[in-house]
Amino acid sequence: MPTPVSSSSRFQLPSGLKLMNAALGGWTVLVFAFLYLPIAVLVIYSFNTSRLNIVWEGFTFDWYARVWQDTRLMRALQNSLIVATVTTTASVVIGTVGAWLLHRYRYRFSHAIQTLIAVPMIMPEIVMGISLLIFFTTLSVELGFFTVIVAHTTFCFPFVLVAVQARLHGLDPSLEEAALDLGATPIRAFWLVIVPCLKPAILSGGLMAFTLSMDELIVTFFTSSAQSATLPLLVFGMAKVGLNPMLNALSALFILATVAFVLFTEHLRRMSRR
Amino acid sequence: MSAMIEVRGVTKRFGDFTAVDRVDLHVAEGEFLTLLGPSGCGKTTLLRMLSGFETPTEGTLVIGGEDVTHLAPYRRNVNQVFQSYALFPHMTVEENIGFGLRMQKVPAEEAARRIAEVIDLVALKGFEQRKPHQLSGGQRQRVALARAIVPRPKVLLLDEPLSALDAKLRQQMQLELKRLQKHLGMTFVFVTHDQEEALTMSDRIAVFNRGRIEQIGSATEIYHKPCTAFVADFIGEANLLDAELVSRNGTTGRIRVEGGLELTLALSQWPQDHSRALVSIRPEKVLVSKSRIEAENVFQATVREELFQGVLDRLHLETGAGTRLTAVVANESAILEAIHAGDQVWCGLHVDDLIVVRPA
Repeated sequence: MPTPVSSSSRFQLPSGLKLMNAALGGWTVLVFAFLYLPIAVLVIYSFNTSRLNIVWEGFTFDWYARVWQDTRLMRALQNSLIVATVTTTASVVIGTVGAWLLHRYRYRFSHAIQTLIAVPMIMPEIVMGISLLIFFTTLSVELGFFTVIVAHTTFCFPFVLVAVQARLHGLDPSLEEAALDLGATPIRAFWLVIVPCLKPAILSGGLMAFTLSMDELIVTFFTSSAQSATLPLLVFGMAKVGLNPMLNALSALFILATVAFVLFTEHLRRMSRR
Repeated sequence: MSAMIEVRGVTKRFGDFTAVDRVDLHVAEGEFLTLLGPSGCGKTTLLRMLSGFETPTEGTLVIGGEDVTHLAPYRRNVNQVFQSYALFPHMTVEENIGFGLRMQKVPAEEAARRIAEVIDLVALKGFEQRKPHQLSGGQRQRVALARAIVPRPKVLLLDEPLSALDAKLRQQMQLELKRLQKHLGMTFVFVTHDQEEALTMSDRIAVFNRGRIEQIGSATEIYHKPCTAFVADFIGEANLLDAELVSRNGTTGRIRVEGGLELTLALSQWPQDHSRALVSIRPEKVLVSKSRIEAENVFQATVREELFQGVLDRLHLETGAGTRLTAVVANESAILEAIHAGDQVWCGLHVDDLIVVRPA
């Protein structure tokens, strides 16, 4: 629960520090401007009648309508959502169960396994993309949704695993023992006691996985087919031909969705804390 | 009474470290047994073997006539109260307490009745829908207790359950636990490092040291007749003095303790064929007065130091011969005389209060 800041903790700064404080304030404004100004410009020009991103001609919702009507874009968005959803589900299951098994039991190569799991998180995407492509073609697996999802899961599940592991380190080891003591089998103890305790970590890890999968470009480029092309792939192709306010509109929609999503999960987290 | 728990030659090693070393122990049905010892003495490891979280390296564990040495914890008819309570944070008080019954697939109606009963027993009425984080330490403790007794285990294991409570609440819970145990007639195995807790509640106490049971017996036996220097020193306080037998006189013997003081003790407890032994004297058994005292052993001493401790007054004494002793007396108004550092005093010791103990 947040504790209110007591008024006594506010204090008057000496004059020398006042200047310093003003400078710091100015710097902070600059940092935020650097971060958010391009995004603001992007959103503003998504309402521009002109095809060009440099001159303002008038207000329109036209580009949003065009996004909606563009079947290629809609198809790619659908693909992205399918891939991200399945990837997130697979990552959450593998990451959570994996973290628990690594935490709870001792293996001969625990340490090596731990390191190997972390590698896909830092491996250059181009290396992952090429190696996966070689891997799939060697096994003569046809490129499509399956290969994209497998590829995405490879680098997404470690994020869930790491988040869950951090939570597990802070968890009272007696919790599982209490469940076992009261007659729960190890699997029921995991499902009924451990998983509910891990919910915040699973949620944030899953969110991370979803986001990563949604905007992944390079690995997807190597492992997808024309039918399973995701939104970033299509946008990248469109941008190469020339910038288009439709892309601005699309981006603005994405920002809206992201903000809504973050607010929603924050709301969920507050609810679960009650 | 039949034995509810039989521990036969149980050893537990962790690598090179022997946590529990060839322990034999019988606990009767309905008994309140306390495993008492300093941290790292093996008492918790023995408890964890009884609950099934550790498997003995050697030996056999029998609970209620069934060999449970290799039985998984979830198949054992014992329940544990954990030191951290280990309440499930996402469940309400009612759900926590009902967890064991849910695992046993007890019909909902019966479960509800039994949960209500136990909530009544531990005085948690009105808190059924609270989550653990909305409870005080004492209330959490009661939930942990209720959760462990509601499945009606043969044995209840308690791992330092009162250590997180403040002193006042701890004393109150000690009495409540004892009352509850009598009411349920359940076998309790209680682990603690707090000697006062052990003395207050237990039918019998097993004193642990370095993985072994040093002595097992009732609170009074352990306190008045400690077998070893460790027990004498760990439970209560003791003046431990090296002694040499000087002469024998029928049933009593004359000994000279370190420093030179000569005392008379009962010969029956002196180890045969030994001329030297260790003698334990409880500080409160040393009678101290400014006037001469009637006792089998009477000697004079100087008060080197006085430590006022409220109810008690602790005196560090040195006899004329140079033997140092600690005495504890009731405070000055209770014994109607003030004794201070520097005073010359008379000291008395009864023959029965000199206890020969095995060295640690």
